[in-house]
Amino acid sequence: MLNRIRQIPLYILAILLLLFTGLPFFVMVSTSFKTQIEFMSAPWSLPESFSFENYRLLLESEFFRFFFNSVIVSVISVVAVIVLGAMASYPLARMRFKLNRPLFILFLVGMMIPIHTTLIPIFLLTKNMGLYDTIWALPGPYIAFALPVSIVIFTQFLKDLPKELEESAKMDGCGPFRLFWKILFPLLTPAVATVAIYNFIQIWNEFIFALVLTNSEENATLPLGLREFYGQFSVNVPGIMAALTLGSLPLLLIYLVAQEKIVKGIAAGSVKG
Amino acid sequence: MENNAKKWNVEQGDDRGSSKVYPPPAPVRVDQTKKKRKKQDFWVIVGFLGPALLIYGLYVIYSIAMTFYYSLFEWSGIDTHMVFAGLQNYITLIGDHVFWTSLQNNFLLVAASLLTQLPLGLIMALLLFSPIKGMRFFRSIYFMPFLMSTVAIGILFIYIYDGNFGIVNQILGQLGLESWQRGWLGNEETAIWAVIATVCWQFAPFYMILFRAAIVGIPEELYEAAEMDGASSRKKFLKITLPLLIPTIITSSILSIIGALKYFDLIYVMTDGGPNNSTELMATYMYEQTFTNFNMGYGSSISFSMFIIALFVTLIIIVFDQKRKGAN
Repeated sequence: MLNRIRQIPLYILAILLLLFTGLPFFVMVSTSFKTQIEFMSAPWSLPESFSFENYRLLLESEFFRFFFNSVIVSVISVVAVIVLGAMASYPLARMRFKLNRPLFILFLVGMMIPIHTTLIPIFLLTKNMGLYDTIWALPGPYIAFALPVSIVIFTQFLKDLPKELEESAKMDGCGPFRLFWKILFPLLTPAVATVAIYNFIQIWNEFIFALVLTNSEENATLPLGLREFYGQFSVNVPGIMAALTLGSLPLLLIYLVAQEKIVKGIAAGSVKG
Repeated sequence: MENNAKKWNVEQGDDRGSSKVYPPPAPVRVDQTKKKRKKQDFWVIVGFLGPALLIYGLYVIYSIAMTFYYSLFEWSGIDTHMVFAGLQNYITLIGDHVFWTSLQNNFLLVAASLLTQLPLGLIMALLLFSPIKGMRFFRSIYFMPFLMSTVAIGILFIYIYDGNFGIVNQILGQLGLESWQRGWLGNEETAIWAVIATVCWQFAPFYMILFRAAIVGIPEELYEAAEMDGASSRKKFLKITLPLLIPTIITSSILSIIGALKYFDLIYVMTDGGPNNSTELMATYMYEQTFTNFNMGYGSSISFSMFIIALFVTLIIIVFDQKRKGAN
């Protein structure tokens, strides 16, 4: 009994923090089911009847174009980061050469660089490459800025694999590329998961490169599209809330399914970074 | 290599019985194998590292150098008319009071991040280890803000802070604090604090995750031993948990400081630096100068200053960390 009473402050604290973190979500989701008239008369009360009208309108809008742009850009970038990052980590982790340490540090430095420092040259570079205002402008910078963390994670993991793996493969006459893809890469699965999760969240939500490197609505990614919606329909609060809810849904759903993995991936990705 | 070996054998066979002594073959062969392997290694290194280095070099290294180069020019960025101005942009920058306001706001954000996000994250992480029922549920909700895109958060909080129907004002009304009600983002005095609170909401869960991972890593035996000695839970926290969390606290501080120095998205969406530059940050000011006012040269000088400041701050932290490690 005494223990129970002692726990009361803990519960109060836990519930206060729950309100702090959860209330904005709750407000967002519940408002999205209201009609505009209902919102006007009682902005923050619970919806009286669940109206899916806002969501129906979203389905008819450009929303899914933004969504697909985001999917394409994120998937391409994450896959490329995994392939390029893992490959680059192989010599850095398992071979001795003069430039090994300097190159690794060069990649490390990338983690503290404010991306804004590169924004203007990347903007001009993208224009010169003829990629400006296409979704293909985005994977380049996304990959480049995701490489440092990914390389740190991969090299750490590769260093821990036993040396004998390569020696026996080399004895069997296995070339370096086959050795890497057939023998080492399959063993990297946990690191691949970490890299994929960490970078997917970052890239899915990325805003400033998308803002600067694309212009027309048809090439907007989801964050940009949400802002577009807000600009056009800011008076229609329930409509905007529906867009925000739907836009946040993919990551939240993935999170519900793979909570432990995501939490671990983020912890590993940032601490090593 | 194989050819060489054959030759050697043949020669040896021919001269069998003669008094001529051949030098031992081993050093020559090893030398050549080494050379060949080195050459092969070189191509493996290039093949594996090359693609990543190319992209990284182009988008990161080259771009930083070019930012510095552009910052030396008077240039709109729209046409090709560039006038070399030397360090004029930097001289203008030093006299630009908006830049100083933005720098000040960046450091305010750094301080606020350290003082709110980290402690809050630590409290949340510790709560996750307390004997509370339904902890999994609490944890799931606590973490959710971090998964939302900054743009979505910005838009959501614009409505939350709204002067007419915002929920902050509604709650204040319920509590009988009508005099506190205001349009939080439209007010020069409160806008920056409203933004800082939002940043805290977004990132506290992230530090919770880092601290949780670190606490999980603390060996259980330490607590068991302390319990045997009859240590109170407060003492256990101060003598075991906290000291062992110091590396994580340092990592988190670095992340938090660097994050605050390059903050952009939320401010851009919520206030765009306003009202009257009161929430301007270096990044938003750079964006405004470059892409709204078309002063690409001047914008580049702000960009490059951000880089130097971030580099400088990181170096200071690293030096301090090394000293601390040396002292231990």
